[in-house]
Amino acid sequence: MDLTLQVWRQDGPTTSGRFETYAAPGISEDMSFLEMLDVVNERLAADGKEPITFDHDCREGICGTCSLMINGKAHGPERGTATCQLHMRKFNDGDTIVIEPWRATAFPIIKDLMVDRSAFDRIVEAGGYITVAAGSAPDANLIPVPKPVADAAMDAAACIGCGACVAACPNSAAQLFTSAKVAHLNLLPQGQSERYARTEAMVDTMEQYFGSCTNHGECQEACPKEIPIDFIATMNKDYLRAKLKNRRYLSRTP
Amino acid sequence: MPPITFDSKIPEGSIQEKWDNHKFSIKLVNPNNKRRFDIIVVGTGLAGASAAATLGGLGYNVKVFTFHDSPRRAHSIAAQGGINAAKNYHGDGDSIYRLFYDTVKGGDYRSREANVYRLAQVSNNIIDQCTAQGVPFAREYGGLLDNRSFGGAQVSRTFYARGQTGQQLLLGAYQALAEQIHAGSCTLYNRTELLDIVVVDDRAAGIVVRDLLTGEVASHSAHAVVLATGGYSNVFFLSTNAMACNVTAAWRAHRRGALFANPCYTQIHPTCIPSSDEFQSKLTLMSESLRNDGRIWVPSTAHDDRSPDAIPEGERDYFLERKYPSFGNLVPRDVASRNAKGMIDEEKGVGPLHNGVYLDFAASIERLGEQTVRERYGNLFDMYERITGENPYQVPMRIYPAPHYTMGGLWVDYNLETSIPGLYAIGEANFSDHGANRLGASALMQGLADGYFVLPYTIGDGLAPRLGEKLVDTGHEAFRAAEARVQERYRGYLEVKGTRTVDHFHRELGKIMWDYCGMERTRSGLEKAISEIPALYDEFRKDLRVLGGDTSLNQSLERAGRLDDFFQLGLLMCEDALQREESCGGHFRAEHQTPDGEAQRNDDDFAFVGAWEHTGEMQAGTLHKEPLVFDNVHLAQRNYA
Repeated sequence: MDLTLQVWRQDGPTTSGRFETYAAPGISEDMSFLEMLDVVNERLAADGKEPITFDHDCREGICGTCSLMINGKAHGPERGTATCQLHMRKFNDGDTIVIEPWRATAFPIIKDLMVDRSAFDRIVEAGGYITVAAGSAPDANLIPVPKPVADAAMDAAACIGCGACVAACPNSAAQLFTSAKVAHLNLLPQGQSERYARTEAMVDTMEQYFGSCTNHGECQEACPKEIPIDFIATMNKDYLRAKLKNRRYLSRTP
Repeated sequence: MPPITFDSKIPEGSIQEKWDNHKFSIKLVNPNNKRRFDIIVVGTGLAGASAAATLGGLGYNVKVFTFHDSPRRAHSIAAQGGINAAKNYHGDGDSIYRLFYDTVKGGDYRSREANVYRLAQVSNNIIDQCTAQGVPFAREYGGLLDNRSFGGAQVSRTFYARGQTGQQLLLGAYQALAEQIHAGSCTLYNRTELLDIVVVDDRAAGIVVRDLLTGEVASHSAHAVVLATGGYSNVFFLSTNAMACNVTAAWRAHRRGALFANPCYTQIHPTCIPSSDEFQSKLTLMSESLRNDGRIWVPSTAHDDRSPDAIPEGERDYFLERKYPSFGNLVPRDVASRNAKGMIDEEKGVGPLHNGVYLDFAASIERLGEQTVRERYGNLFDMYERITGENPYQVPMRIYPAPHYTMGGLWVDYNLETSIPGLYAIGEANFSDHGANRLGASALMQGLADGYFVLPYTIGDGLAPRLGEKLVDTGHEAFRAAEARVQERYRGYLEVKGTRTVDHFHRELGKIMWDYCGMERTRSGLEKAISEIPALYDEFRKDLRVLGGDTSLNQSLERAGRLDDFFQLGLLMCEDALQREESCGGHFRAEHQTPDGEAQRNDDDFAFVGAWEHTGEMQAGTLHKEPLVFDNVHLAQRNYA
């Protein structure tokens, strides 16, 4: 296939960027999108031009390092697929492809297509964990978890922290990311002791960096793990409860 | 350079008592004194994140370094299948002793008994720890934990979280680390790469790092340095590792005096997606748990290009089931890989490039129903379809072996301390537990065992006598000199201004390594590689092209440094494979095989750990041998028939 790429180039966080156009002839449809960029980069280097910087690592759709707005869509056109797992057979010969970095104030651009997503780490650090010192845990089968609960927690825990939800959101909100982590831990029996403190801390930290959710639902459309926005409702409910819940009655079932 | 110390510090007592005896006899650091010690942890995969979180939780001051943007990106995240433990929750005869025995046997009798037994002992604690952290392991309908059996094991001892076990375990460790970062006991340095280890007075004094965003080179000192920097399969260019996985931290430690053990022990994973063209950047692994329900076959006759559904049962060769009736498709990884290669060598390979064998789920779908198969492997099937454009519910998958895991690594003693005092290596970065071949679902177990349950005890033994000792100042001449070397080295790559890119040279090196030091090795092939690698390295030094500068983010420059170290490691791997005149586990020398084509060990001459001392640039170095003593496991020729 012969393609034309319009790629956002930006030398550093403080400089202004611009689109540059590159011809990408002779691309195989079995290549992944990032392999296509590898080829373009090799050709740029051969011409003495600095290669395009982009984040990537596992190329198996699980590490969450890759990003890219492809033709205005986070991770491109294929549903439930991260950029690294997107293959060129989803495009047509002669296409022009516009490639941009994630666009969100909370994700400042580092260089070209690479952004800084460390605000996500701050949200997890605020409370996205269950406190358990190594060695203090009881036998694992002492904590039975009904299968539907474990399955729902796993659905939420599948989040790869890529930031597509934020990039796709017109408000640059991080509700889907935050709620996936909140729901993963709050649904499980192990997560109950810190449930409300966790929810408050994570939501409040999220609010410091990201925009507000107005229920557009773009996030779940963009999510490479197809995490549903139902978890946002779960989080909002727990956040509201957190404001009212007397922590001394945490172990009393209503 | 410190003198080579070579005491493996195996404790006294029966195999069952060694770890308990050791925990009792090693020195402790008083809880109130832990904050007076600084520890550096490099790498945030399962081993690094769990170690940093645990050490921080104990009260040590921990600095954690990762070259990723977030600790959660480390390649442990890509492990799919599961994690072993000797819980015997399924009452099928498992025990700590059986897990120990299977691991020593699976490693083809080239690991240390004491280390492996300890690994089996703490395996159960890992499952408890991770479950309490909220890792959403698969459950049965009664709410208790589910298990499955995994390559090479005849019991169900593998815990899993769909096909994303590594992800969930890593997120558990990452979250524990995040808690410690929030509490202030751990300080995170992200997008920061280790480029040298500094040794002062024969002891690890700290590290030199480069900020990948600014190119700034800086030093950090500590009372102990822990390397949890993973394996080196990317020496083959095409492997299942993530793009950034590299050997630099371990190699720099090696250059400073740490012995590098068994570099030739590399594992080829049997169930990867065959490459589709020359631009392939990596190979995608699919969990070998697929072998539980998939049947591996090729057409009985060579050059049979019919579509698989047009090949009748009678004209299919289920070669693993035929040759190994009791283990069938679940034979260990090296056996499965070599047999697949054998079929392709006989020109029975399938797919457009004839570079795969079939992994067929038709029988399982008929027996269990599509829904059950979807529940077990849905994400793997989806991934396969995204990559190949074929639907594995309808068409058999095509698989081929690919470099995956490296059992070799930095030599460590029972305390996980390298031959440089104060420098520790954990997880895949060390050599200690898997011998010549690693069983499926044991990498996650070892990474977390080292990080949660071994290093946090053993590191205290080295630290306790040093209470009150001042850190070496980062202004010390050894730090200054190391920083200058790093800067000079990176500027050097930019100044070559040749014509060929890093990836070009990496591909070339990978081809040499795969052809001569891959699944099957021969004396003549290895000798060829040993002459070709230095020649290619010379070209790399003379004709490399890295554009851009060294004062801002430069991904090509990062890769140039990593490739430089891969060249030197590659040479050592070939030297090690050459000296080891036997076949064992993942190391298969064609000259040493049984009449049935199985690995033929030579226990009389090669029951040792081959630990290499660095003696100079592009030299093999000096081989030291740590004898392996087997008091419990009877050495036998592996036989999976």
